[in-house]
Parts: sequence; C-alpha cells; structure tokens
Amino acid sequence: MNPNFLDFEQPIADLEVKIEELQLVGSDNDINIGAEITTLRDKSAKLTEKIYSNLTAWDIVKVARHPRRPYTLDYIPRIFTDFDELHGDRHFADDHAIVGGIAMLGEHPVMVIGQEKGRSVQDKVARNFGMPKPEGYRKALRLMKLAERFKLPVITLIDTPGAYPGIDSEERGISEAIAQNLAVMSRLRTPIICVVIGEGSSGGALGIGVGDHLVMLQYSTYFVISPEGCANIIWKTSEKAPDAAEAMGVTSSILQDLGIVDATIPEPAGGAHRDLELMSERIRDHLLTQLLILKAMPEEDMLEQRYQRLMSYGN
Amino acid sequence: MSWYDKILPSGVRRESAARRTTVPEGLWKKCVKCEAVLYRPDLERNGEVCPKCDHHMRIGARKRLNYFLDEDPREEIFSDVVPVDRLKFKDVKRYKDRLTAAQKSTGEKDALIAMRGELNGLPIVAVAFEFNFHGGSMGYAVGEKFTRAAQLALENGWPLVCFSASGGARMQEALISLMQMAKTSAVLERLKQGRVPYISVMTDPIYGGVSASLALLGDINIAEPDARAGFAGPNIIEQTIRQKLPKGFQRSEFLLEHGAIDMIVHRNEMRPTLYRLLSKLSGKAPDNQPPTSGDSQPESVEEFGLDTNVDEQSQ
Repeated sequence: MNPNFLDFEQPIADLEVKIEELQLVGSDNDINIGAEITTLRDKSAKLTEKIYSNLTAWDIVKVARHPRRPYTLDYIPRIFTDFDELHGDRHFADDHAIVGGIAMLGEHPVMVIGQEKGRSVQDKVARNFGMPKPEGYRKALRLMKLAERFKLPVITLIDTPGAYPGIDSEERGISEAIAQNLAVMSRLRTPIICVVIGEGSSGGALGIGVGDHLVMLQYSTYFVISPEGCANIIWKTSEKAPDAAEAMGVTSSILQDLGIVDATIPEPAGGAHRDLELMSERIRDHLLTQLLILKAMPEEDMLEQRYQRLMSYGN
Repeated sequence: MSWYDKILPSGVRRESAARRTTVPEGLWKKCVKCEAVLYRPDLERNGEVCPKCDHHMRIGARKRLNYFLDEDPREEIFSDVVPVDRLKFKDVKRYKDRLTAAQKSTGEKDALIAMRGELNGLPIVAVAFEFNFHGGSMGYAVGEKFTRAAQLALENGWPLVCFSASGGARMQEALISLMQMAKTSAVLERLKQGRVPYISVMTDPIYGGVSASLALLGDINIAEPDARAGFAGPNIIEQTIRQKLPKGFQRSEFLLEHGAIDMIVHRNEMRPTLYRLLSKLSGKAPDNQPPTSGDSQPESVEEFGLDTNVDEQSQ
C-alpha cells in the first residue's frame, strides 16, 4: 500500500500507479500515450472528487492526521512574509511544539502562533509530535501580550494531538498554563483569528484557540477527546473510534451548525496536501478578509462581541 | 444463608429475614483508606472525614454547601439551568437516557449546584460539583450555571467560591463541553478585572477540562488533603511515558510543592480559613471565628444512605 494514500483512497492510488507506469513507458515509445495519460488523470481527479464528497467523520480524522498534511511551518512562508521567529517563555524553556513570531500578512504586521508536529523523525522528536508542554502555552501567552502592546493582530494555527500528558508537564502546571491562556485570550485588546489546520485536540488546542473568529479547514477536526480516547472510555476498546468520531461530531460542518465554528475554508480535492499553494492562498484570502472586518470595529465592540460569543456557547 | 438459618423452621426463618431488613442501611461505613468501620452519625459530625485516619471522603454537592454556608440565609440559584443533548449523542446508550438515570440516582439536574448565602455573615456565592452526576463532568449546564453564578457575584461584588470535583469535560456534549472551559475562564477573568475575589477549592478528584479552566484560576487556589488533581489522568500518563508514576503524584501535597496551590486546608477548617481570607481581601478584619460547620448537626441517619464512592466515568 502506498503510504501517501489512506485506505479509502486506494482506488485513486491504483490509478496513480498506472499513470506513473505509462509515463515511464512514454519516454521510450512514441505511440499516443499522452492522450491516455490525460484520460487517466481526468479519471483520477473525478474519482478523488467522488470519494471526497462522501467522507465519514473517521475518514476526515485520517485526512487531518495524514502524514503529508501541511503543518504550521509549511503554511507560514506561504501565507505570510518576513517571518521572524521568537523563542522562549522567559521562565523555563523554549517549547518547539509551539512556533511563534512576527510576520506580515499582506501589509499588516501580525503575531503568528502555531502548533508544529514536525516532518522528519528527528524533527518530530524535537517538537514532541506537536504536543506542547506548559512552557509552550506560556511562550504563546508572552507573545500574545507582546502583540497586545504593539497592536498586532494575533493569528493562531491549531494542529495538535493534545497537550503533553507527562510528569514534567504536570509538575510545571499544564492545567494552569492552558487555563491562563483561555482567560487572557478572552480579553486581549487586539483581534484574534484562530485557524484549525489539522487536528484540534481538546484543551491542548483550545489553549491557543480563543478569539474573535474561529475557522476550520474542510478536512480538519476538532474534538474534546480523541475518538480513540472516547471509544476506550465508553466502549472499552479503541476499535470503536469510528463510531466515537461520528457520535461526537468532530468535523467543521457539524461544528458550524452548532455555532462554535464561524467558517470553513474548502480544501483542494484529496486534501490540503494535494495542493499546498492553493490551500495557502485560500487561507491567506480568508485571513485578510476577516482581519479587515475586525480592524474596522471599535475595540470595545470587538471585545464585547468576543465575550458575548463565549457566553453563548451551548445556548 | 448461614447454617443457623438452615436448621430453623421455615416460618421462623422468614421472620428473621424480615427483621434483618429493618436495620437501616448505611448506618455504618467503612473508611476506604484505613478500613475502620465508622458509625455514620460520628462521621457526619466530622464532615465525612474519617476520625481514625483523617481521610477526606467524597461528599455530594448539596452536603458540601450545607457544611460550608451559614444555615441562614441560604438560597439555591439558577436551578432552572438543565442539560441539553444538542448532538443527540448515542453510544451503547443514548445520552438522554444516561442523563435521566443520573438525574434519578442523584436527584440533581446536572453536576453543579449554586447557592447564594453567607459565610459567617459575609455575603457570598458558592458553587459545588456533584461528582456522582456523570463524574462531575462539565457540559453546557455546568458551564452555564457556573458562569451565571460568577456574573451574579460580579454584579454584586460578592466573593465566589467553587468546590470542584470532576473527571473533566463531558464527552457526550463534545465540543460544546470544551467551549465551557473558555466560557468559564472568560467570566473569571472579568471577576479578576472587577476585583471580586474568587477562591477555588479542589476536592478529590479534579482532572481534564475542569482542571485546565476554572479550578486553577482562583485568586487563591486551595485543595483538600490528599485530593488528586491534574490535567491528564495517571493511566494516560503511564501509557505515554511507559513508566510508573512516583508516589503521591498529583496529590495535594504534590500540587503545593510544585506551586500550583496556595494551601491545603482540612475540611473542618474550611469555613474559618475562607472566612479569614475573604474578610481580609474585602478589606475587613476577620473579627469573629465561625463554627466549623454552617449546618446544625444532622438528626436522622436515613438521608445519608447514598454511597459517595463512585469511580470517575468521564475523562
């Protein structure tokens, strides 16, 4: 099985293999292989569209965790320019699971903060697979307060399997670190836009996820507990994770119906990783539109709207 | 059936069996820690703290508030807030049916009780988690009632005290539960800015979403002796790091040692301690010491039949 394709994408993978084979033949043969390849490409695109128009919640969980899914550091250079990374929480360490810094979004200087899972094995280990520890949330808080002082809007990119569940995390107060972020973000005097780009897992995601506008990529997920964790508790087996994903409503369409998520950015057929440039452009456009709306609002109105929105959750 | 019952004539046997059932249930209770068999009225008089080993047993929300607040005046507030099954969540059972069952067994509508009253004459808003209701988990109803209670405290400048005991966010309300973390943290931030004191008292156990929001945001954080509190449950941490956890990990003493809480307070010292703290925070001298319990002593034993030792059932 091709690791670039998920199980439900196998028919597409088969077609792609055929196309590749034909391309190899094409180099030393002059019969009309070009036309055949075009037909197959067309077929593959249509098949992708068909499969992706009918995904289950569990399929979407898999796309959101796809090994080739674009991460924060893939998006930052494509959405923003002039990014200068800033490091450290000034108390304990620099957590590489959260990346932050000042960049330009079009003509607007902004503070970007995102969770980063890491691409290579080495990088994944260094970034703790995108699971932040308290120092990560405290770095984020420091950068947000910096942004507030210099009137920089805050853009957060959410993609984490959760805050790190370890002894050191607990010793340094992971609960307090997350709670503090929730409290301060609710009243930070600068616009905050939060984008779920991959996996939004529980408090670890929410720790950089409170703001004026919450948007999800079409095949990203957001849940209070991982489907595996939920299945383990209720069904006593993680094999029931697909049922748990369905029951919890982890996708943007349901979360938008519930009034929690404000908008969904459509992904290219087959997911964001199939066309990173297009995906980045769409995110950038969305951010610019929302930023202009928020910047046009009087600050007090924006803060009151943010607060009332928080108060309305579940009503 | 004992050998003695077996040799008795059947008529006599029935009579003795009938007589046995008239002994009131729950007159004796075994301490879960030292296994001493305790006479319930004695236990009640001691705030459900084992007189032999000082183990603080779990107590229900109503009993908690009865111990804590002055007997008069005292009024339950926001009892009209009820849980809503927005997702029509269903696993092996329907969430709706689980709610009905929990309501029947606890006599409460959801896992948080709110009251306004006085602490030794000091006007106060107090809320307490009912752990027997779905493991004290926080969904819409808990978050909403907490928020309304906090807003009432803010409007009137009355201090807010919360006794938490919770397994975390309620899975069956999925992201709505997660957002209650943001909601409760936001209202607490308003209390903070409005200079209204908030004291968080953690009682065994506090985990997950409740820990990473309202429980650790107190102006003063307090824990009962030997209470367990943390972000991730010990099982999850052990699975992640693949090693045994140190003794006393995530217990109150651990939290004090690591700077997460201000003090550990014995249940029978809760009233005088909080009275002293809140008087001083309100700019007054703590003139007279209150009795350790706000309630007159219990007279009958029948109402204390409920066993409070139920394992947490949520994450």
